[in-house]
Amino acid sequence: MTDKVSLPAPRDGSPGEPLLVAEGLTKHFPIMGGFPVKRRIGAVQAVDGVDLTVRAGESFGLVGESGCGKSTTGRLLTRLLEPTAGRISYRGEDITRAGRRQLAPIRSEIQMIFQDPYSSLNPRQTVGKIVSGPMEINGINPAGGREARVRELLDVVGLNPEHYNRFPHEFSGGQRQRIGVARALALEPKVIIADEPVSALDVSIQAQVVNLLGRLRREMGIAFLFIAHDLAVVRHFSQRVAVMYLGKIVEVGTREDIYGRPRHPYTHALLSAVPETHDADGTRRVGAPPGGSRGRIRLAGDVPSPVMPPSGCRFRTRCWKAQARCATEEPPLTRADGNTEGHLSACHFPEPPTVARNTEVILDPALRAAEDADGAGG
Amino acid sequence: MTAFLSVKDLFVRFSTEDGTVKAVDGLSFDLERGRTLGIVGESGSGKSVTSLSVLGLHDARSTEIRGEILLDGQELTGAPESVLEKLRGDKMAMIFQDSLTALSPYYTVGRQIAEPYRKHTGASKREARQRAVEMLEKVGIPNPSLRVDDYPHQFSGGMRQRAMIAMALVCDPELLIADEPTTALDVTVQAQILDLLKDLQQQTGSAIVLITHDLGVVANTVDELLVMYAGRAVERGSVREVLRAPQHPYTWGLLGSMPRLTSDVNEPLTPIPGTPPSLLAPPPGCPFHPRCAYTAEAGGEVCRTERPVLPPGRGAACHLSAERKRTVFNEQIKPRLG
Amino acid sequence: MLRFLARRTAGALVIILLISAITFFLFFALPSDPARMSCGKNCTADALAVIHKNLGLDQPVPVQYWHYMAGIFTGRDFSVGHCSAPCFGYSFSNQQPVWGTIVDRFPTTLSLTLGSAVVFLTVGVGFGMIAAAFQGRWPDKFFSSLSLIANSLQIYFVGIIALAVFVTGLHWMDNPAYYPITENPAKWFTGMLIPWLVLSIIFVANYTRMTRSQMVEQLSEDHVCTARAKGLGHRTVFFRYAWRGALAPIVTIFGIDLGSLFGGAIITEFTFSLHGLGRLAVDSVGQTDLPTLMAVMLISCAAIVVANIVVDAAYAFIDPRVRLA
Repeated sequence: MTDKVSLPAPRDGSPGEPLLVAEGLTKHFPIMGGFPVKRRIGAVQAVDGVDLTVRAGESFGLVGESGCGKSTTGRLLTRLLEPTAGRISYRGEDITRAGRRQLAPIRSEIQMIFQDPYSSLNPRQTVGKIVSGPMEINGINPAGGREARVRELLDVVGLNPEHYNRFPHEFSGGQRQRIGVARALALEPKVIIADEPVSALDVSIQAQVVNLLGRLRREMGIAFLFIAHDLAVVRHFSQRVAVMYLGKIVEVGTREDIYGRPRHPYTHALLSAVPETHDADGTRRVGAPPGGSRGRIRLAGDVPSPVMPPSGCRFRTRCWKAQARCATEEPPLTRADGNTEGHLSACHFPEPPTVARNTEVILDPALRAAEDADGAGG
Repeated sequence: MTAFLSVKDLFVRFSTEDGTVKAVDGLSFDLERGRTLGIVGESGSGKSVTSLSVLGLHDARSTEIRGEILLDGQELTGAPESVLEKLRGDKMAMIFQDSLTALSPYYTVGRQIAEPYRKHTGASKREARQRAVEMLEKVGIPNPSLRVDDYPHQFSGGMRQRAMIAMALVCDPELLIADEPTTALDVTVQAQILDLLKDLQQQTGSAIVLITHDLGVVANTVDELLVMYAGRAVERGSVREVLRAPQHPYTWGLLGSMPRLTSDVNEPLTPIPGTPPSLLAPPPGCPFHPRCAYTAEAGGEVCRTERPVLPPGRGAACHLSAERKRTVFNEQIKPRLG
Repeated sequence: MLRFLARRTAGALVIILLISAITFFLFFALPSDPARMSCGKNCTADALAVIHKNLGLDQPVPVQYWHYMAGIFTGRDFSVGHCSAPCFGYSFSNQQPVWGTIVDRFPTTLSLTLGSAVVFLTVGVGFGMIAAAFQGRWPDKFFSSLSLIANSLQIYFVGIIALAVFVTGLHWMDNPAYYPITENPAKWFTGMLIPWLVLSIIFVANYTRMTRSQMVEQLSEDHVCTARAKGLGHRTVFFRYAWRGALAPIVTIFGIDLGSLFGGAIITEFTFSLHGLGRLAVDSVGQTDLPTLMAVMLISCAAIVVANIVVDAAYAFIDPRVRLA
């Protein structure tokens, strides 16, 4: 249905050219308190020294668990939040401290899609008004008029252009997310920062939206910073992927690097934790994906608080390979032995470059106790 | 001989301002002790409504429940509140999705765990507290004798969910219903919790109903699987059968919609077109027919008029012939799943 | 918790200081000259100047303010005599230290407001809980309509009707009056009963509605469902889980209502000829008795601020998330 609609041809900007670059990007949210005068008593180190590059026409995936700083990173890049330190540049131009006027032309080229299709649309505006909003604000009058352009955009995202005058509550969750996408497209962006764009949607609808975004990337040449916690969705959508943990990128590389030859123990733990339908082969302990057996890695506890992250390597408190060095020396994000160009990881003791494991790592004490008891019982 | 938990022809209807919502429409399933049943479906499929009906937690004034729910031979539909109160938390217990809202912010974790234990066993305050500490330790809370006096907001998300599991298991229930127990959790914590649930089941031998929207979650956690759509069960079988050789076009759609770690990234996902139906006026015949790509093959008209029956045991509620289901899956669906 | 109280107390002191400064400057910037008031009809320019000097009105306003505030703690000397701490000045109308009058009137207002608060909290919250427990059935409809009717009533109207019916008509009780509780608790109670009920009426309606909606909301919360899933009985769930959650917002609103409670007390005192602070305030406005008015303002503000700290502490006690944050 929607695939038959012709899309405008990709615009200027050769694929692979760095579009959006962050260097040493840092955001600390101050915690105020104290008596009698409130003062800064600490900081949530939400993002701490993140380097990343989104290239023209590619999808760059940012994965990690809650509190890892991936959403904050997205907001920093669109300048919705002011960075504490670091540098953001767009097509070579430093926009870290750019004022409103300097940002104005760039704002239209970097758009954002949000997670919650229910709260990110104004319930009192019609779809037409919502989608044409960015054009009005930026004073853009496309040939043929705004309304015609909005109808075209609705068609592009797979909505009925006749629904121009309807209100958001008349649409389902997936359709609302499409409205959000149409709004983001209104200014012909070069980069879209998509913050968990499908995680609030049902599985069957999720696939519709993922396919739509994929089509926009391929056919219109729009680059994406795709922020998500679902590793399989990120793998499907992104050519390059960065894994974040407690405000830092712990590993970055191509899709094949991260999903096929990961080096950081946390990446291994994440991949091992993904529940896969392949695992339904009767034995519950070890799944057998192509490429070898998959030993479980079960970490202990939750992610520590970003207010007081562990010293040295931030993952060390949940890592089975941690040694004294990990507490004192922060591992740099570098190319480990045997890694391909551009595949960087931040670990003193990297894992072998394969997802196949013969041994299980069970750190969770309750799990270990329960399994020992099960084993002893029969 | 009926099963430990036997649900027969369950109908649940809510009267709302807009009309009657047919939330569950003729659902039947059996579950034995020590086994786990997964119920999979998207929002509005009726999976959570089913779990609340088993415990009798619906508001009796706006809800109409018909059918049989037999727990260990005892009829639960229409049972008086006093009978249900004695069973809830004791013989049957429930774990909810969002531990932040499902635990009361006003009482300590220990007290909330001890409460059902005191109520059902008549234990003293001290014994119940001791039991709460024991349970917290069992589910992996560090320093349980200190944390027992904490309030829920002082726990992290994963810890809170463990506390909720401790609360549900405190009276060694024979039936445990877990409604999206890991949906609010991070993937590494989800893996810990799912394994823990499974391990604790090995020790207690309880029956578990695991309700989720995620086919991946059920894959290595449950024994049998029930796929629900628009208030009806559309496919049933062992988890292995259903995931390896699904028979219902909706299950095909679900699997095709899910990217996985091994699928071909160059192939687009194959979503189910359209949106789930309104339960105020579900489509006649097969509820899935407006979104189904195989109605023509199944005979067209029959899908729109006649409600397909879900056979007992392994099977799917679909008008396609068994032979046709197998060939369609093997030739058209399977190659795309990777 | 102690830190929290310390912070609130410090904040309260700042607020009281601000209010005192604002009222003081407002009063003395008014066109009416207080000296002229106390000078009387046959006033000469000389006499006026003397009074000015006696009252300290010849000094700049900030200095006057300083003397006034210092006097509260140390006492002051006026030409008419020494005014010992806490000194709020001399009344223009009866030439007595204001503090004495305040001490005289305060118990009446305190009895009236506290008693009425007890009445409207128990009755209002009680009605609201009954309405919530029987959601959609006749007790709900009954109490909800009752609260709607009560909401549209006015104190002076209900007060006069109550007097006409219960005192003049049925002779059930005497005219409302204040008797010190220390002397005769029974008379204190019967004397205040009608004023309590009348002042409560406007509040009862609000608290019924609010309690009902809070309870209904709490009853639909997930944690209430969890409590039921644990096998707890209806009563336990209702009173232990839902009620506990509904309590916090009720306490908050109560803190906000304290101001209007004092406002209601003024009207009630007038209606029943009770000699309380409210009455005193209105009388001193009529007589441009600035020192008395100022003192009543300050003391009622201080009372409301202190009561708000108590309410905040109670809130923190109810909600551990506030206490431990």
